[in-house]
Amino acid sequence: MTNALKELGAHIELKRSDCVLGWDLAHGELTVDVALANIVGLVEFLKTDQTCKFSTLVDITAVDYPERAKRFDMVYHFLSMYQNQRIRLRVAVREEDMVPSVIDVFPAANWFEREVFDMYGILFSGHPDLRRILTDYGFRGHPLRKDFPTTGYTEVRYDEVQKRVIYEPVNLVQEYRQFDFMSPWEGAEYILPGDEKKEESK
Amino acid sequence: MMDGSKGFDDALTGEQKIRNFNINFGPQHPAAHGVLRLVLELDGEIVERCDPHIGLLHRGTEKLMESRTYLQNLPYFDRLDYVAPMNQEHAWCLAIEKLTGVEVPRRASLIRVLYSEIGRILNHILNITTQAMDVGALTPPVWGFEEREKLMVFYERACGARLHAAYFRPGGVHQDMPPELLDDIETWANEFPKMIADIDGLLTENRIFKQRNADIGVISEQDALDWGFSGVMVRGSGMAWDLRRAQPYECYDEFEFQIPVGKNGDCYDRYLCRMEEMRQSLHIIHQAIAKLRAPDGQGDILARGKITPPSRGDMKTSMESLIHHFKLYTEGFHVPEGEVYAAVEAPKGEFGVYLVADGTNKPYRAKIRAPGFLHLQAMDYVASGHQLADVAAIIGSLDVVFGEIDR
Repeated sequence: MTNALKELGAHIELKRSDCVLGWDLAHGELTVDVALANIVGLVEFLKTDQTCKFSTLVDITAVDYPERAKRFDMVYHFLSMYQNQRIRLRVAVREEDMVPSVIDVFPAANWFEREVFDMYGILFSGHPDLRRILTDYGFRGHPLRKDFPTTGYTEVRYDEVQKRVIYEPVNLVQEYRQFDFMSPWEGAEYILPGDEKKEESK
Repeated sequence: MMDGSKGFDDALTGEQKIRNFNINFGPQHPAAHGVLRLVLELDGEIVERCDPHIGLLHRGTEKLMESRTYLQNLPYFDRLDYVAPMNQEHAWCLAIEKLTGVEVPRRASLIRVLYSEIGRILNHILNITTQAMDVGALTPPVWGFEEREKLMVFYERACGARLHAAYFRPGGVHQDMPPELLDDIETWANEFPKMIADIDGLLTENRIFKQRNADIGVISEQDALDWGFSGVMVRGSGMAWDLRRAQPYECYDEFEFQIPVGKNGDCYDRYLCRMEEMRQSLHIIHQAIAKLRAPDGQGDILARGKITPPSRGDMKTSMESLIHHFKLYTEGFHVPEGEVYAAVEAPKGEFGVYLVADGTNKPYRAKIRAPGFLHLQAMDYVASGHQLADVAAIIGSLDVVFGEIDR
């Protein structure tokens, strides 16, 4: 299995050296780093090339790394039912970048790209219907970004006076409880109570 | 304006002017299988366009998971596809085990297979019978839910919960099964074919059921690939694709079972596939029970180590075990940095988890790949050109559950 994937990785790099920035094999899975501009071309190549034949789009998602210059990673998963292989494509994307939509190659990309737009605010060029998909009608913000609070910004309740559901800013009656159980022996970032003096004496 | 208000047109009277009609199907509709809102554009009784609005059950599972430990995240998976909860947990456990490199003990592996197949039957009973209800039959769901009740008792006896099991744990399963439970599952598995035969007699050759399902929602092989289908949705269209066979996980490679495939790719073929899959699952259950009784099927049910709790006995006698137990359930275990994708053949199709770990006790990002999300996406493609009444039959045969689609 790993040998076959190695061959596949080398094959893709050889055939499309302009698109592939690098590839590696970890946990029996092949990951290929792709340049943003070439993603559609490579996906099309993967679908049509006889040794690849990645006929099924499994998943499109993104990962947010706020500290990086290219903040997001777009991650594509493909499956070949004919070769019985999987592949993962990774594209680093800046916050202001437009990602070319792969909808023309795989119609199944439609909702996935809508979801990524909804959750991360990444825009797709060439997408016919880039609406929000999972969040509420009229929702603001992009919830899966790391700087979006888990509680969100608004809450809803049914108002007995107005006889309708109303939106209000989130009001937490007690502080949001986020316990930090990280072991103080394994690189915890806080100073234990009582240890302040030790820091000062240094 | 289409209502004739621009004045009289001598060719068409106001009454003769026809316009397409938009209707809302759901979110509260018994045939919508949950909170699905379809905006249908109808030309007479023919569906011209179908725009599913999802997200009404969105709970932000993926966001919540980023601030909880790996073990705390496990029960979220029960709440995705709540019709077959353990199959979802399985994907999460496999992802963690892949990253940490933990080997699951054989007995745990067999128990997982046993309960995955029970989950498959749970799901298919619900799907077949409610689909029958969508097209007008009332008896099948009444009979089917009785069987589901029995299976949920098996869930309960293994883990204490009928639905939200949290039974599969990274490194094995939470509790060992008592031998009596194994006997009772076997008794049930011997009786269940009679129930399948009953449903079979009610539906398979039923004239109304056939008229409502045959040649409805036909999906070709190419469609199934384009729209990223998996599970019964591709098997109904003639492709013998099953992850249990193609990319065996757990110990499925030592089980003997057949993969039913359809010929026409319509709702009726998918119904037949599900019926046959229940029989195959029963076959696997029988094998799993035999293997669990065999001498090499005995032993521990957790790979004792960093990511699993120590046994109760150890905890009471060893200080290290007690500390380990405490740290495991407060801080949680750490998963080495890396990214994996683990998929299982859930009853609805390929259920996958894409996990990005950053070496801490919480996942950096977990993406849940639900099969129903892709199936429902193709609704516009599949339902266009069908009659309004067929929409219910198609939704039924797509097998959608909103827990997993909306996440």
